[in-house]
Amino acid sequence: MPAFRNRLYRDDAVVLRNQKLGEADRIVTLLTRRHGRVRAVARGVRRTSSKFGARLEPFGHVDLQLVEGRSLHSISQAESIRLYGGRITGHYGRYTAASAIAETAERLTPIEHEPAQTLFQLTLGALRALAAGEHTPGLILDAYLLRAMGSAGWAPALTECAVCGEPGRYGAFSVPAGGCVCPHCRPAGSARPSPASLELMIALTNGDWKAADASETSTRREVSGLVAAHLQWHLERELRSLPLVDRAMEQA
Amino acid sequence: MYEGAIQDLIDELGRLPGIGPKSAQRIAFHILSADPADVTRLAQALQRVKEQVRFCSVCFNVAEQEQCRICRDPRRTDEIICVVEEPKDVIAIERTGEFRGRYHVLGGAINPLEGIGPDNLRIRELMERLQAGTVKELILATDPNTEGEATATYLALMVKPMGLTVTRLASGLPVGGDLEYADEITLGRAFEGRRAV
Repeated sequence: MPAFRNRLYRDDAVVLRNQKLGEADRIVTLLTRRHGRVRAVARGVRRTSSKFGARLEPFGHVDLQLVEGRSLHSISQAESIRLYGGRITGHYGRYTAASAIAETAERLTPIEHEPAQTLFQLTLGALRALAAGEHTPGLILDAYLLRAMGSAGWAPALTECAVCGEPGRYGAFSVPAGGCVCPHCRPAGSARPSPASLELMIALTNGDWKAADASETSTRREVSGLVAAHLQWHLERELRSLPLVDRAMEQA
Repeated sequence: MYEGAIQDLIDELGRLPGIGPKSAQRIAFHILSADPADVTRLAQALQRVKEQVRFCSVCFNVAEQEQCRICRDPRRTDEIICVVEEPKDVIAIERTGEFRGRYHVLGGAINPLEGIGPDNLRIRELMERLQAGTVKELILATDPNTEGEATATYLALMVKPMGLTVTRLASGLPVGGDLEYADEITLGRAFEGRRAV
């Protein structure tokens, strides 16, 4: 048996993004259930005769067989579990929200092959909800961002002071401090979001969709701004896709 | 590492898409051993493409004059515009010999992950062409992938209030393939677009 035989492994994954490679290949960025974020080459995928077909298009949930490589792995077989791409791209608001979800998942897994099961479940759930059109895309995106930040350890403090930890509902919100702040700890320049916005953030974090769906457009707008600011502060760089999220075409 | 001109050539070739260091070295040594007349022709072709080729002022296809050959052709109908992502898509459609209308080249597809939104494409110019009122049908021939589909969805939404016929290229099973290997999206599209025989 050859000493350096490449190891084959199997895992299910969400396809986050595709980049063209050479004549007919693509580098596919995957968030796998057990192996974290993986970048793998799909050879010949851009040919119309490719055995992969549309299975490796972004936002799909697929069962894969991969071959380990020195830097990039390669995909040897792909079977679809659920392909959400068709239902997502048919609605522009869903597509832009899904792109922001995929970019966030990629950014929150800076180290390849490090398992991130909670984030995998969250990403899969968010894409499934977007494809099903259960709620407006903007709400699904903000709920995902809040929970994904929670899984990364950056959940904004909403029911206690972010600085002293004193439980309670506070009206001031400071991104650098990490969430709501009490009057004693409030840093200069803290935002004062409406009480409804803080309630919506709590509802989205806890999955209270009845309350979230009943929220006003202005409240949603304020929440999306706070969530985006909080996320980008902790990521220490901007997400390219967030400014392109189309909230005007928000209807589910 | 080589010295001087040969290393410069390898470095420059290595910057081209799809050309790795080994390929760059192979091409560089091929040029070195080639007939001087062939190399001069190659150098002139490279220079000419940068000096003479520009984008058509109407459809943004590549052209050597103010307007491309297709926009200048009086035998083609102005009533149908086919929207594509890149100039190479125009060539692919032209090869079919099935289309006698005009084109509009967007210059890519909406891809938020790469920071490309509608404002980065030639969508505003397309809307201006449509507002002139001569166009009756818009064919959306963006790539049948996620970005292309989303771009088609966006364009259809934008054009809808204008009351034009908006069509999308059909997608389905490739000729010569086996049904069992088709993925759900492709097979689903083939079912949607089935026809009476």
